[in-house]
Amino acid sequence: MPRRLGRKVLPFLFLAPMLLMIVLAWVAPLILTVYLGFTDLSIKNLLAFIKDFFTDRVQRTLENFRRIFYAKDPNIGETLRVTVLYVASVLSINAVYALLLSIAIAYFTKNELISMILRITWLLPRITPGIIYALMWIWFIDPQYGLLNKMLQAMGVPDGWLPDSWLLRKPYSQMLMIMINGYVGASFGMIVYTAAIKSIPPDLVNAALVDGASEFQVARRVIIPLLKWPILFVTAWQTLSLLSSYEYILMVWGAGSGGQYGIARSAGVMVWSLYSYTKAFSEYLYGYASALSLILVVIGLTLIVLYFKIFGFKRLMEPSRVEV
Amino acid sequence: MVRVTLDNVSKFFGKVKAVVDLELEIRDGEFVALLGPSGCGKTTTLLMVAGIYKPTRGRILFDDEDVTDLPPKDRNIGMVFQSYALYPHMTVYDNIAFPLKLKKVPKQEIDRKVREVAKLLQIDELLGRKPAQLSGGQRQRVALGRALVKEPDVLLLDEPLSNLDAKLRILMRAEIKRLQKELGITTIYVTHDQVEAMSMADRIAVMNKGRLQQYADPQTLYNKPANLFVAGFIGSPPMNLIEGSVVEENGAYYFVTPSFKYRLPKEIGELVASKTSDVILGIRPEDIRIVIGDGDDTAINGKVYVVEPLGRDLLVNVKAGDTLFKILAPADLQLESGQDILMAPDERKIHIFDKKTGKAIV
Ligand SMILES: Nc1ncnc2c1ncn2[C@@H]1O[C@H](COP(=O)(O)OP(=O)(O)OP(=O)(O)O)[C@@H](O)[C@H]1O
Ligand SMILES: [Mg+2]
Repeated sequence: MPRRLGRKVLPFLFLAPMLLMIVLAWVAPLILTVYLGFTDLSIKNLLAFIKDFFTDRVQRTLENFRRIFYAKDPNIGETLRVTVLYVASVLSINAVYALLLSIAIAYFTKNELISMILRITWLLPRITPGIIYALMWIWFIDPQYGLLNKMLQAMGVPDGWLPDSWLLRKPYSQMLMIMINGYVGASFGMIVYTAAIKSIPPDLVNAALVDGASEFQVARRVIIPLLKWPILFVTAWQTLSLLSSYEYILMVWGAGSGGQYGIARSAGVMVWSLYSYTKAFSEYLYGYASALSLILVVIGLTLIVLYFKIFGFKRLMEPSRVEV
Repeated sequence: MVRVTLDNVSKFFGKVKAVVDLELEIRDGEFVALLGPSGCGKTTTLLMVAGIYKPTRGRILFDDEDVTDLPPKDRNIGMVFQSYALYPHMTVYDNIAFPLKLKKVPKQEIDRKVREVAKLLQIDELLGRKPAQLSGGQRQRVALGRALVKEPDVLLLDEPLSNLDAKLRILMRAEIKRLQKELGITTIYVTHDQVEAMSMADRIAVMNKGRLQQYADPQTLYNKPANLFVAGFIGSPPMNLIEGSVVEENGAYYFVTPSFKYRLPKEIGELVASKTSDVILGIRPEDIRIVIGDGDDTAINGKVYVVEPLGRDLLVNVKAGDTLFKILAPADLQLESGQDILMAPDERKIHIFDKKTGKAIV
């Protein structure tokens, strides 16, 4: 009898630390976010709020959502546009460009060594600490000392086309935002895609070659169709992660309205999640920031439910499977 | 249709020598089997003919044209892969139509040809299905259809029957042979099943460890194996192979082992003795007669060890000293374990191999 009990209890005992982590790191903040989103918490009433935490004395209000949906906040429209631009462009790099690159690396590059070197090149940003990656970009784009402008000049781009500041001048700043996030994000798709391409049985490719396909036709008519699920998988996950990611923009442009790098808004790179961050940590409007985050959470959860409907649980959890 | 010539072809993968100095000519319209144990280089050879692998050395010719450097798509080859390699994302129809689509054949003609081939292979009911919804035998037919639809000059078949059950395999064996003769396509058929090779092929190329062992028609292969490998590989149950030496005593030649002594016909004895004394004697199970009671003076004494009834015959295991013989005997022969008998080998069916080189002397 004790043994049987042990069998039931033990797994939970082993899982406990992780379950605790999930509760602390995810469930609790989520509940808190929902709660805060309906208050007017800010630095001004913080002390009173802590005292009255979860009591009736805290004022509950829909004002935050009114500001968002009735566009009472003049920045909402611009933030939304930038977010859509950001998610769509970076996603097309991470899902589509990464696919083409993976096929080039894993299929067209027959030399294993070169193929590996190319793969590592694209993995580098992922294994570089984020702050160093961001610093490297800042140096790289410096109009006076940086390499980027020099390289472009060497390639024959006229001086007049080059911006005086990559950081500030739109649309260059937005291009930069897309490049920075695209480069680091492409590695995820590439890992999934190259693994999937390598798992395609060689016989299938050989059969297509014997049937009269050129290498290009093999890629288009056999490899890409077989990568259907990996492509959907990468698109799904990347959409979710892009919606909530802002760390590289924060590191390069800075947040808020002041400070040395507090220029994200004027540079046109203020995405939704960064906007929420700014509201919370430079303007100290915790309630409003929570409401902004909450909208991202709702969009994210909706997408997740949608994905589970489309993919089913198993497919969502097994990214690199190619169905043969 | 073409004549295929492999001119001194080798293929190395780093240190692995998959195929070594292969000389092979397949006549126009001929059905040749590549036979050998797993890993002997059969698939590698096919893939070189198909143009997937480039030979490390040597040339491949179609008729008189050197195709060594020609990419697969320019060789007009049909191939059935060991794994069938059907495109999982296409229907049966699209699988078969794929080679024609690549050739930019007009839609109507594609449709006509696909249906024609499907009818020939009796898969016209399955055209709308995906490969995952097919049985092994059906997949094999679809793969064959895809290979045939483009009317190839050369047909390459890589163990197409290995995934089928025994009954279907025998059925498809006859089917493929009939089809090949009907269409007259030059065909290379890879298998490690000797019965398959013997029953289907005009000629068989036996390979081992990347090297060609013998290339001949099934009868020759069976009756005159060129070396020990072929002798042991062809035939089931396999040939009895017994180590010993040839010695001369008073003008007669004997094959001597620690267990027994057997008098060889004079001509054979002389021939062998003039070359070497360390030999291996080979005799097929059906070429030994079991004699109960008195036999002639060349017979070998033995004791019945085990009798295995095979239905049509008996497989009798007989021990002469420490040497075990396998003998096929008529099913009605009454034998008991431990019984003393005589074994009379058919002198005309004796094979003798040089022990050092493994080559056949007689
Ligand atoms: N792409 C490759 N890279 C390295 N070694 C290979 C490759 N392809 C085949 N080999 C090796 O070459 C040898 C011959 O292989 P091959 O596939 O031609 O054998 P096979 O006769 O077709 O065997 P089976 O009956 O098992 O299919 C084997 O030792 C195999 O390990
Ligand atoms: Mg093989």
